[in-house]
Amino acid sequence: MLEGIVQNAPLLAIMLPLIAAPVAVLFGNKSVAFYISGATLVLSFALCVYMALLVSDGSILSYHIGGWAPPIGIEYRIDAANAMVMIIVSAMGALVLPYARASIEKEISPGHHTMFYACYMLCFTGLMGVAATGDAFNVFVFLEISSLSTYVLVAMGARQDKRALSAAYDYLILGTVGATFFVIGLGFLYIATGTLNMVDLADKLANSPDNKTIRAGFALIVIGMGLKLALFPLHRWLPGAYSYAPSAVSAFLASTATKVALYVVIRFTFSVYDASSGFERTTLEYIILPLAITAMFTASAVAIFQMNVKKLLAYSSVSQIGYMLLGLTYLNQTGVAASFIHMFNHAMTKGALFMAVGMVVWRTGSALLPSFAGIGRTMPWTAAAIVVAGLSLIGVPATAGFVSKWVLMAGAFERGWWPVSFAIVGSSVLAVIYVWRLVEVMYFQEPKATTKDPVREAPLAMLVPTWILILAIVWFGIAANAPVELARIAADGLLAGGFDNGQTVILGIPGR
Amino acid sequence: MIAPHILLLLCLAIPLVGFGWCWLFRNSPNMRDGGVFALALLLALAVISIFRAFNGGAEFDLVLVQFQPGLSLALNAEPLGIVFALVASTLWIATHVYGVGYMRGNNEKKQASFFSCFAFAIFATMGIAFSANLLTLFLFYELLTISTYPLVAHKETEEAQKGARVYLGILMGTSIVLFLPGVVWVYATAGTLDFVQGGILGPNVKPAFVGILLALFAFGVGKAAVMPFHRWLPAAMVAPTPVSALLHAVAVVKAGVFTILKLDVYIFGTDVLTKTGASQWLVWVAGGSIIIASLIAMSQDNLKRRLAYSTVSQLSYITLGVALANSLGVLGGGLHIVTHAFGKITLFMCAGAIYVATHKTEISQMRGLGRQMPITFTAFGIGALSIIGLPPLAGAWSKWELLLASASAGQWFAIAVLMISSLLNVAYLLPIVVRGFMPAPAGETLDDTVSGSGSGSRWAQVREAPVLCYLPPALTAFGCIVLFFYAGDIIGFMSPIVTESGR
Repeated sequence: MLEGIVQNAPLLAIMLPLIAAPVAVLFGNKSVAFYISGATLVLSFALCVYMALLVSDGSILSYHIGGWAPPIGIEYRIDAANAMVMIIVSAMGALVLPYARASIEKEISPGHHTMFYACYMLCFTGLMGVAATGDAFNVFVFLEISSLSTYVLVAMGARQDKRALSAAYDYLILGTVGATFFVIGLGFLYIATGTLNMVDLADKLANSPDNKTIRAGFALIVIGMGLKLALFPLHRWLPGAYSYAPSAVSAFLASTATKVALYVVIRFTFSVYDASSGFERTTLEYIILPLAITAMFTASAVAIFQMNVKKLLAYSSVSQIGYMLLGLTYLNQTGVAASFIHMFNHAMTKGALFMAVGMVVWRTGSALLPSFAGIGRTMPWTAAAIVVAGLSLIGVPATAGFVSKWVLMAGAFERGWWPVSFAIVGSSVLAVIYVWRLVEVMYFQEPKATTKDPVREAPLAMLVPTWILILAIVWFGIAANAPVELARIAADGLLAGGFDNGQTVILGIPGR
Repeated sequence: MIAPHILLLLCLAIPLVGFGWCWLFRNSPNMRDGGVFALALLLALAVISIFRAFNGGAEFDLVLVQFQPGLSLALNAEPLGIVFALVASTLWIATHVYGVGYMRGNNEKKQASFFSCFAFAIFATMGIAFSANLLTLFLFYELLTISTYPLVAHKETEEAQKGARVYLGILMGTSIVLFLPGVVWVYATAGTLDFVQGGILGPNVKPAFVGILLALFAFGVGKAAVMPFHRWLPAAMVAPTPVSALLHAVAVVKAGVFTILKLDVYIFGTDVLTKTGASQWLVWVAGGSIIIASLIAMSQDNLKRRLAYSTVSQLSYITLGVALANSLGVLGGGLHIVTHAFGKITLFMCAGAIYVATHKTEISQMRGLGRQMPITFTAFGIGALSIIGLPPLAGAWSKWELLLASASAGQWFAIAVLMISSLLNVAYLLPIVVRGFMPAPAGETLDDTVSGSGSGSRWAQVREAPVLCYLPPALTAFGCIVLFFYAGDIIGFMSPIVTESGR
């Protein structure tokens, strides 16, 4: 039994949530739906941790779906890079779920609760699948699973604020454009190489002469995924979607969705294409790098002037994505590792922030800055969570954010790009300003006198998951070795190029 | 005998316990304040034990977390840090006693959060003092900034909020934009951040690089208040006086200059600075800070602001000692950390005692108060004379050492700065004492705000502040005298940090 689970870990981590979604709907009871979802998420997380341990020696796990050997069959292919992304997704998925149960009580009409769990599980499945698969077209399939369910999840915020509908529609249009670009890019690749398996693609691309089809494919993939990951000028859908979605959805999406899209860009750039030279390298250095730095400053500057705190956090996300992209452009181990470390740390930080802000919205009914007045007194634990996570966003030592900033800066100095280091710290100062605007309102302004129930601390079901994240932020800010090591292994694997380092371990039954 | 590295952990743990203790007993003031007093005593005891163990040749190295070779969170004890920790921990006892008197005398609100943040700030200070590498130091440096922010903002008025904003903005801004890149750059260059006698940058380092790095640190360590990044210190004066006394005359500001001293001795290496001449420009900047801050101090009527600008000027003495780039300068700077701490904390505590007794903050209103509050004003006088640098007070020695250092470096500008600065000290500190002992202006009445007196009360009714408010400054003033006789021992204790490198 255990052997069977372990041998089929890559499949189970993704298929269990996929099965849980319709089962939850069939039962039609929201409590049953919650427990089914919760159990599968926890199991999924455990399997991801197990797989991360397996790949932490630099090997690659390969799983042949349905007994068909790649490149004919679909393959799940997991190295340190995907393992890290899968840990982020499954951990956040499992932590947000109990929070969501309490939070949707107020935010989503009771009739939709089972549907919420179903969509949540589908979204989760999609994100996990994108991260796990070694087949380029399978990436698209899972991406659509997650995207379609995300549109629904965002639209569920309509009970609180009707603007959720237009935000979901925006996201739908732009997300679909992105997905279309991506799939056209894949089409070009298929025309040029005749295969869709990533290992095979990498092989064929390396041996084929440079041609315009291949280049165009790369451009389409990067732009398509750029939309999904909110690469700076393509980020327009993000603030609306994050601010009007239900709080639990904002927390889950902000900490996972963009990271998974970024992972796809990284995987294609490094493992399928060859980032060490040629037009891929030019793209990174002359297009991604300036855009990343622009994002770091512009989005942070915009965040400073937001009155809606969820929007403030959303713009901050756009700028933080800039940091993650920045690390890639160094093309050295420290830089690429920094991208992964920042994905990990930022997932915790932004997840905690959206959850804490969600609690304030839950109590006060609004995400506008004035409704945060005085919560330092009325909701001390929530306010403290916002402060600690905010410090991590700034990158203060002893929080996770500092570790990623440190590695990112060290990578810049290694590369000899010291001005980039100063750009990093310059943008952190903008973070100080937008975080402190919030802190001052929370602690210096008198609580609003309301005629309704007085504002008090959020329920434990929401507080506990948030504080687990806060403690994780501090823990990984001090004992940062585990994620840093995993990220370095991931970076080594990516920088080596290709997706086959000769250390492939086949799990389950090898395909024929 | 407790193992050395346990002692180091105790130094961090005791204030941290204090932090939790204040929160735990937030509703029983006597239990809370008494407990913290006991912890302050324990901390001083622990630091003294470290001092004794160090003299006994104990090894302290304690690695908490190892990230990579050369990158770790680690603690260690060395003479400079021990001296700094001794000063901070002994003065915490005095300030805590004083703080209890002050906060209760003024009926301040939110005392529990005040004392717990205070304890946390001491924790961060101890961490700075016993850091074994630059990364650990940076960690505690930022923790100190964050933990003192609520203290500055304590009054929660508009003014306090503005002051706290300037405070955080400058301290955190400089540390993020200049200090942190400096630290990472050192790591990228040297591959380590450990404090090593004689520096870690290696022999072939370029003078221009050293100069840029020194600039990143001299301005990036905003707590050292080198102009133009000094504005946070006057802004921090909105805090209750115990905070100004211990944190903004001792712990926080000294953490800044202490960091610069550590960088000089253990990261750059004094020899490297001498050879490359990379610190020449800092002599001028520090000298300029000394003179300009003194001039601004003269024009301030608010007593605490005048003292704040005086602190800005005095801190640059220590930066100047580093800039001179010789062993005398480092030792003089190290000694000045001690002597100025005792002098300035006395002055601040007296200022607070005056405020508790009379609610007066402006110097122009203090005429004649000395006759009613003789102990407070005598202590103030002693502190002032020590800052000015008259024997037999402690301040005389550090100024003497710095003058010697300037002479041996051939820096006539530095000598001139020190002389002029002494005169300016006389000009802005002594009038306060003299005015205090002048006859009270006839027929004037006190403000109605004075506690315990109705309208029309006479000057004669002004009494000394509560005993908890005037006893601590009297003790620290006495300390200024005692230290005069032990200054040589402090120099002797610190001298290994400059001699072992072969000078």
